[in-house]
Amino acid sequence: MKLKLITLVIPAVLALSACTNPNRFDNGSGAGGNGTFSSVTPGSAQDPQSPLYFQETIGDRVLFGVDQSSLNDAAQRVLDGQASWLTTNADYAVVIEGHADEQGTREYNLALGARRANAVKEYLLAKGLPSHRLKTVSYGKERPLEICSQEACYAKNRRAVTILSSGLSS
Amino acid sequence: MILRLWSFVLLAALSAGSVAQAEPLRIEITDAVIEPLPVAVPDFVAENGGAGPLAADIARVVAEDLKGTGLFREIDKAAFISQISSFDAPVQFPDWKAINAQALITGAVSVQGEQITVKFRVYDVFAGQELGKGLQLAGTRAGWRRMAHKVADQVYTRITGEGGYFDSRVVYVSETGPKDNRKKRLAIMDYDGANNQFLTDSSAIVLAPRFSPTGDRVLYTSYETGFPKIYLLDVASVGRRVLQSREGTMSFAPRFAPDGRRVVFSLESGGNTDIYLMDVETGAEQRLTNAPSIETAPSFSPDGSQIVFESDRSGNQQLYIMSASGGEARRISTGPGRYGTPVWSPRGDLVAFTKQSKGRFHIGIMRVDGTGEKLLTASFLEEGPTWAPNGRVIMFTRETQGADGQSSLYSVDISGRNLQRVRTEGGASDPSWSPLQR
Repeated sequence: MKLKLITLVIPAVLALSACTNPNRFDNGSGAGGNGTFSSVTPGSAQDPQSPLYFQETIGDRVLFGVDQSSLNDAAQRVLDGQASWLTTNADYAVVIEGHADEQGTREYNLALGARRANAVKEYLLAKGLPSHRLKTVSYGKERPLEICSQEACYAKNRRAVTILSSGLSS
Repeated sequence: MILRLWSFVLLAALSAGSVAQAEPLRIEITDAVIEPLPVAVPDFVAENGGAGPLAADIARVVAEDLKGTGLFREIDKAAFISQISSFDAPVQFPDWKAINAQALITGAVSVQGEQITVKFRVYDVFAGQELGKGLQLAGTRAGWRRMAHKVADQVYTRITGEGGYFDSRVVYVSETGPKDNRKKRLAIMDYDGANNQFLTDSSAIVLAPRFSPTGDRVLYTSYETGFPKIYLLDVASVGRRVLQSREGTMSFAPRFAPDGRRVVFSLESGGNTDIYLMDVETGAEQRLTNAPSIETAPSFSPDGSQIVFESDRSGNQQLYIMSASGGEARRISTGPGRYGTPVWSPRGDLVAFTKQSKGRFHIGIMRVDGTGEKLLTASFLEEGPTWAPNGRVIMFTRETQGADGQSSLYSVDISGRNLQRVRTEGGASDPSWSPLQR
């Protein structure tokens, strides 16, 4: 019954270290590069079918202004990419996580995070994805990514992250 | 573990005579400036073998309770001229006057197996007479701290005229780990941090526990399923069950109605958060607000007729009061800044809240008609006030700034003068103060 979540945190760390991997320079292709088929490692951020590609090359998150849940142009571009990837890779469902920065009360931030997650969900629905593939959850200010108490960190914490999950076929 | 019921036996007063008394011993908590009242708390008298350590410990806890209010100053025992070696011997008032003790608390402890008996008296030293009657409490050895708190509650009530709050507990979220990997679990402790016990493990995020009106159950929000849901936990058995769980929605910010049978909470659906009321037994729900804005943090008035909550329907967070059956709400917060997490005082006269203004957070109080706003604290980040059973002290969460930021619990009285850090073993947040225990 429960969708099994794929943990993307560990692959993310691997991907970061892969940036310093000499292989990256073998063919000169990085994120957004035009590497040929033969040079793409399956499952890497250059493999358009891979979760890593979704996460890193397209971008799995969008950011919000203070107290805002509206999607700016940059956010919409990211979500366009997410929508098209999810359309192609129909085996994946997603959980959209909404987050807030620490500058707010706990309950309000939970509700605000839900607004943000839902804004992403509505956008993806409008792009034609079926609602049964899109779940939302809010973490409020409970799961900050950056821990400094300055706007530089707050800006990265006010986010909605689209987490891929498998299990649609099961 | 079930605590034994307390038995109170009124003792005949051992009168010191009726000395004329000009000014009765009295502290008004609302006074603008208070010079703490000097009080002497000699070790209680051990009335049989084995009572010695307890007699000293109980007197110490009584003194700590009183000092913690900011209304009392304990006189150093080294300054004592007379000693209390018998509970029934006449008090040498001149000896206590000479060291400027305005109040004197004497007591005695006897032990019978696992049972203990505590007696105490309160004296108004300058009047040369007892304040109220002597009392005797019976309980278990394991419950000795509660007996001390009961004594301190009596002393506090006799001198301030306010209800006591020392024999109470706090349920809260215990925190460990760094800010970006914080582990949270529910814990319960005495109001002063003693007798800490964990109620859940830290495998899932838990938030904002709230006591039932009788203190036997706790509502809280948990991510146990991966999605925030409201749970109900029985304190004695630590058994828990999901109270509110509807697919595709998020439920949080629960609080009991004063009848203990209904719960008011927030439910988010499709990105919109509104306030609902639920019957704990039947699960029947009633929607109380219906607006595209965020409505959350509901709290009942003690008579059960109204609910105070926060909403950003005006564009940012403000406080509103509506009937307990929903309908039109009136805004009560009017100052600049944002107001959240309102909690109705158990006395019904005040609402405590969190205020954000000019980059700072405050805990404040206002009357229920919105007048008399008073900010009690200020810091980088604080929130989530909870009232002591007497409605005169507030506990809340304060979090420090930066990458090493930590949460801890603080208390402050409604005058704003007596800010104290509450002792907890590690990080702590989201306190909920129980009613007085019985």
